[in-house]
This record gives sequence, structure tokens and C-alpha cells, in this order.
Amino acid sequence: MIWDQVWLVIWTLLKIVAIVLPLIIVVAYLTYAERRVIGFMQGRMGPNRVGLFGFKLWGLAQPFADTVKLLLKEIIFPANANKFLFLMAPVITLATAFAAWAVVPFSDGLVLADINAGLVYILAMTSLGVYGVIIAGWASNSKYAILGALRSAAQIVSYEIAMGFALVGVLIASGSLNLSEIVNSQAGGIGHWFFIPLLPLFVIYFISGVAETNRAPFDVAEGESEIVAGFHVEYSGAAFALFFLGEYANMIMISSLTAIMFMGGWYSPFTGNSWIAQPSILWFFMKTGFFLLLYLWFRATFPRFRYDQIMRLGWKIFIPITIAWIMVIAVLKVYQIGPWFS
Amino acid sequence: MIEYLISAEFYQILLFYVYSGILIGAALAVVTMRNSIYSALFLILAFFSAAALWLLLEAEFLALTLVLVYVGAVMVLFLFVIMMLDVKIKPKSGISMYTKVGIFVALLMALEMIMLLGKKMAHVLPQDDLVKHVKGYSNVKEVAENLYTQYILPFELASVILLVAIVAAILLTLRKRSDYKYVSPESQVHVKANKNRMRVVKMETEKGNYIGGDE
Repeated sequence: MIWDQVWLVIWTLLKIVAIVLPLIIVVAYLTYAERRVIGFMQGRMGPNRVGLFGFKLWGLAQPFADTVKLLLKEIIFPANANKFLFLMAPVITLATAFAAWAVVPFSDGLVLADINAGLVYILAMTSLGVYGVIIAGWASNSKYAILGALRSAAQIVSYEIAMGFALVGVLIASGSLNLSEIVNSQAGGIGHWFFIPLLPLFVIYFISGVAETNRAPFDVAEGESEIVAGFHVEYSGAAFALFFLGEYANMIMISSLTAIMFMGGWYSPFTGNSWIAQPSILWFFMKTGFFLLLYLWFRATFPRFRYDQIMRLGWKIFIPITIAWIMVIAVLKVYQIGPWFS
Repeated sequence: MIEYLISAEFYQILLFYVYSGILIGAALAVVTMRNSIYSALFLILAFFSAAALWLLLEAEFLALTLVLVYVGAVMVLFLFVIMMLDVKIKPKSGISMYTKVGIFVALLMALEMIMLLGKKMAHVLPQDDLVKHVKGYSNVKEVAENLYTQYILPFELASVILLVAIVAAILLTLRKRSDYKYVSPESQVHVKANKNRMRVVKMETEKGNYIGGDE
């Protein structure tokens, strides 16, 4: 009796480790991939020196060298900074970035917590990430940091609305808030995936996701050229590493959510009975990887948006389009049109 | 005894007291903290604990919506405003007139609640059995069915009132300064690079006047 419960706790902890550990490794290699891919796109080499045991291995050991460097550096506290909040901010960023992974279904049944209101849980957790940025900006006692925090807060709150409305479209289309059921309602080849009937919402969701994670071309919260590094200008060492980890975990999160909501999650684009048409976790990884590549591609190609134009894009273009398209989806759903809603 | 200590009921009660304690403590801290940033952060903690209590009632949709709306949006704007203000840490100041009136009102409200819940509505409250729903119960469906059938009119009315409030708030804050210099993003984003922005001029290649050298 008691051992059942103890085992349940241990088993859940093991499952959490099984999600978090690979996530951290993926984050490490995402930073490496980012530098190599952008290097390739801009005709440079990227990091290609740090290897193991005297072999260069195309620089594959670079993320570990970076991690060791960051962990060994000193954490510097600015004068008159609020020490407690200064240290809490990166923890909040990281915790909310990881907490959202609890409901992500990797494959059929392969999910830590299969809760009814999974979609709302994801929205709630990702909306908390902004606190890390705001508290960091305020606790640093620095002009640039608070400017970055204010920019970021306004931007994230604005794009959350467009993002939420885009997800309302998904919710209407699938008729469920449960992520596994959302994926299951897209079963049956590429023609059944939601990105076709929800094309505007799909585009808006991903762009809002890029804005939400403060990535280029919407990275005015960091804005190296204007406000040095924005909210984390005063951070160094391990505290900075946590911000870095949180940001990249959020990127992977948005990419995997786009794959789940619009691209059929673990389902294969092909139909039939051959091996390539089988649903598999590999499909999910491939789709997530594709969206991660888009993130890097954006960063390599687009110049940074001006701040007032970011706000205009979010409020005056994205939100009206999402509201209009929700009506379209409701009509499609009521009249059971297409392969998606019949 | 040991059976009870490992039962789910015990943990539900334990968690209830833990979260209620945090909730009351955080709510007290909101009004007693002298730094208003801390007050706002404790208010966030209070919302969180309230959401946890709702989760214990198996009202997961309501709990998550509370976090999403109040913690994720409303409190962000609160913090935003507080940080923009020139916040001064208030010095300690005994018990003022405000505090006395406040305590009086609080006691009065507590008395009213006790009278109402202890006598009149005692039968509505659950006696001492814990909230437990059947397997497969969906709080989302339950809320939606009630909202969109039985309470459709009050629900729509509330949304209209909110809409009026939004329009009013925007109208009150929308001011145009006459000497405000700004560029219109609309006209900027509609600029075509090869039409309005630059002019391609055809001209003869300059020979230049190269002096010296071998050529």
C-alpha cells in the first residue's frame, strides 16, 4: 500500500528527469546548431574548433565548453540591487519554461500529465515567463535593464492575445482542450492537419511565438545595439546561463506546440499501410526541428523590427485577423466542411 | 493511523491547510509590506494559492484561467505601472485612522459572512466530505454547459459591460498632442523599395583622372 504510493512518486520523478535531461542537452546543441546554421547562411564557419581528445569533431564539444565557462564565472551583483529578486528572476524564467513541458504529448500516450485543460495550462505557464524578465529588469537597478523589461512586458502581453486567439481557433477546430486529443483529431495524412484550414492562425501563432520568446526579429527586449542587452545586462555566470536555458527551452516549446496544434504532432504526412505512414515520435521531432530551423533562419535574415511597428503588427494586424478567422472556422465546423471537420 | 496518514484524503486536507495558510499570509503581506513592488509580488502569490485551492476542488479550468488572466496579464500590468512610478518605501507609521477604520470594516465583513454562512446558507456548504468527482469529469464542459445554457443572459451582459469599459478606458486615455511629431507606420510599411525609396539614375561611366603610374 505505502510502497505503491512511494513508487508512484519515484516513477513521476523519473519521468520528469526523462523530459528535463534530454531537453537540456537539446538546448545545448541548439545553441551550437544556431551558430553553425547562421554561420553557414552568412558564409562563415561558426564554431568548429572545440573537440574531444585532440579531435576537432566539427566543434561538437563547444556547448560543453560554453557551459563550463558560464558556471565557473562569478555572479556579480550590481550596487543596490535587490539580491533576493535578482537571484529569483532567472529561476522563475527557467521554472516556467520547464513547467509547461508537463503536458506536451511526445507520442501517443507518451505524456507526463494528460490533463483535460492542457491548452489552458500551456497558456498559463508561458504567460508566467514574463515575470522573470520584469523582475530581472527591476531588481538589477539599472536603466538599460528596466527599459528592456518594460519593452518585453508590453510586447509579451500584446502578443499573448494574438497567440491565445490563434489557439481558440485550434480549440474550435478540434473540440478539445486536451493536447493529445488535438493531435488525434488531425489523424489521417497531411490533408487532415489543421495548418490548411487554419493557415492564417498557424502563421500568426508561430510569429507570435517568436515575439513571445523575445527572439530576432522581435528581440527589442535585448536590443544589443540600443540598450546593450536589455533585461539581463547585469547578469553573469550561472544566473545568465539560466536565462539562456529558459529562452532556448521556450523556443523548443513553441516549436513543438506549433507541431502539435497545426502539423499533426506525431502523425505521418503519408497515408496507407507502409512503414513511412506509421505515426511515430520521430515525426514529432522532425516537425519540431523544422520550426526550430525557422527560428534560426529568421535570426540570420531579418533585421530587428522597430518597437512601434512590433506593437502595430500585434494589435492592428494579428488580432483582427485572428478574430475574423475564428468566425470562418466556426462556419467550417458547423457546416462540417472539408476533410477536417466531417 | 498509518492507513490514514498515507490516504489521499489526508493529503488533500493537508494541502488545503498549507495553501490556505500561504494564501492568508500572502494576503496579509500585500497590505503590510512597505515596498509596493513586494506587495504586488505577494498579491501574485495569493492568486497562485487561490488557484491551488481551486485545483483541490477539481476545478482545473477555473484555476488555470485564474493564473492565466490575473497572474499572467493583470498583475503584469500592475507591476508595469508600479515600476514606472517613483516608488518610495513608506516609513513606519503606527496605527493610523485608516487602519482603525479598515479593521472595523474587516471585522464587520467577517461578522456578516459568519452570520450568512453559519446560519442561513449552512446547508449549501459541504459538511466534511471532500470534493470528489467521478472519473472522466471535465470541469471545462461543466462550466461551459452552465454558462451557455442556464446563465447565458448574465454572461452576455457581463461581456457587454466589459466591452463598454474597454471602449471607455481607451477613449479616456486617447489624447493627441498638437505638437507631437511622429512618423506614421502605415505610410512607412507601404513604401516600395524600388518606387518611393530610391531612384535609379542612368549615367555615363566616369573616366576619372588617373595621374601617374605605368598605364
